[in-house]
Amino acid sequence: MNARGDMATKGAIRIQNVDKMYYAREGAVQAVSDCSLDIRAGEICMIVGPSGCGKTTLLNAIAGFHDITGGAIYLDGEMLCGPDRPKADPGPDRVVVFQNGALFPWKTNLENVAFGPVVQGRLTKAQANEKARGMMADAGLVGVEHNYPGEVSSGMRRRVEIVRALMNDPKVLLLDEPFRALDSLTKSVMHEALLEIYYKNKVTIFFITHDLEEAIFLGHRVAIMTTRPCKPKKILDVDIPHPRDYSVLTSPRFRSLMEETVNAVHEEAVKAFEAGEKEM
Amino acid sequence: MSAIVASAAQPRPRPGQSIFRHHVVRAVISISVFILLWELGSRLKAPWVGEVPPPSVVLDTWIPLLTDQGYWYSWYQSSRRVLSGFLAAMIIGIPFGLAMATSRVFHDLTFPVFEILRPIPPLAWVPAAIIFWPTQELSIGFVIFLGAIFTIMLNVIGGARSIDVRFFQAARSMGSSNWDIFRRIVLPGVLPSIVVGCEVGIGITWNVVVAAEMISGGGGAIQSSAGGGLGFFIWNSYIGFSYPHIVVGMISIGIAGYISSAIIRRLGLYVTPWLRVR
Repeated sequence: MNARGDMATKGAIRIQNVDKMYYAREGAVQAVSDCSLDIRAGEICMIVGPSGCGKTTLLNAIAGFHDITGGAIYLDGEMLCGPDRPKADPGPDRVVVFQNGALFPWKTNLENVAFGPVVQGRLTKAQANEKARGMMADAGLVGVEHNYPGEVSSGMRRRVEIVRALMNDPKVLLLDEPFRALDSLTKSVMHEALLEIYYKNKVTIFFITHDLEEAIFLGHRVAIMTTRPCKPKKILDVDIPHPRDYSVLTSPRFRSLMEETVNAVHEEAVKAFEAGEKEM
Repeated sequence: MSAIVASAAQPRPRPGQSIFRHHVVRAVISISVFILLWELGSRLKAPWVGEVPPPSVVLDTWIPLLTDQGYWYSWYQSSRRVLSGFLAAMIIGIPFGLAMATSRVFHDLTFPVFEILRPIPPLAWVPAAIIFWPTQELSIGFVIFLGAIFTIMLNVIGGARSIDVRFFQAARSMGSSNWDIFRRIVLPGVLPSIVVGCEVGIGITWNVVVAAEMISGGGGAIQSSAGGGLGFFIWNSYIGFSYPHIVVGMISIGIAGYISSAIIRRLGLYVTPWLRVR
């Protein structure tokens, strides 16, 4: 696996005054308004906020699945989308891991992982399989290569999907509540697995979650978003040194950061609830 | 977690023999009770079944037919027609359905005509089929083709539409071209629906085989050298007032349809191995 070596110099995302308006049956909805956020190269930036606040809208704009209606987003200084091109092109430098998983059920785990380099024409099928096997082994995925995703546990599937994303040597991993559907024990295993993968790859991670404990445990920084329209309300520096393991959960510093976050998030959650926001 | 993986990695155990035996026992009970009620109803002149020849008489008629070349030739004729009509429906229906599912313009241009043609029963096509096509066999094949194509197409369209949008997004973000998306996402994603469409479709082809083979003049007497196919066999027996033969023909078609669907199901599981794991 080609580790990025020192703290990555690639993968900085600049979100600048982004607006996103969309038209629903009940009229125009401002999902994101004047949102600015700088994500540093190689950091894990956690995005938390009430349901339906527009976090996923932001992720879709970075990934290039949807357009934006104002502002601009840059990756390493290069404009992904902005005034002249409202929608970014999806590309392997920004790979998404989805909320409920999007492994192709008709491909084996190995074929799933090898997918990116093959379609990009970067590697032959044999080379891609070779690399995929290596990366799966690094992530503790041995013996499931020739199983279909439907044959392995959900935690295993999420891990396969993260490895599949990393196979593309992305600058940024975009994770949209990837562990939401997992039980809390599997989740804790996945957190450590993700960190382990991250320490080896040092890729920038944009991670959306509702789980505050998850946010603080994993993130270098936690961006707490306001309810719709979405913009950062508060950005929290998690000054607990990496590498971390589960023992930090009981540390006093973790507790106080948790408290700080809970208050900010709760305020927004109440606003969202009163506004009758529904899950998007 | 590892336990799940280990068991999944090993060759899947086939269903135990005892289960199989239970299966067969139940099937035998089901069919025997059906035949018994039929025999009783027929002999006691019960309403509705009273006029139907009892199974014993049907069997008496059937047994000599089993050594009759004409009877088996009818099987062969009908199977050949069903297979060719069905294959034509697949060859045309699957690409057409895929085109309708992937191109909005193509869909809007063709769907209205498709929807007008779809409700017309194959029987209603018989006169037109005779006029349209130069040979009798083509006319018969055409009616059978019509029986299957709409079901296959609807399933393809529905199947392609129901592919999860995240699969497309994931494939795009990993750098897939349109061709990659079609080949690696749309085709495998729609395959299970194609299998279902074919399974239902081949059943319908046997449903319409009687209507289709009314076109055929058949040939010769009922018992020997019938040759017109199983559908014609029924129609001809009806014209000749031979009720036991009608029932023999009906059951023969039932068996043929059952075998065809079973074969399609088998082939279906073979081409969609990922669905076997559930």
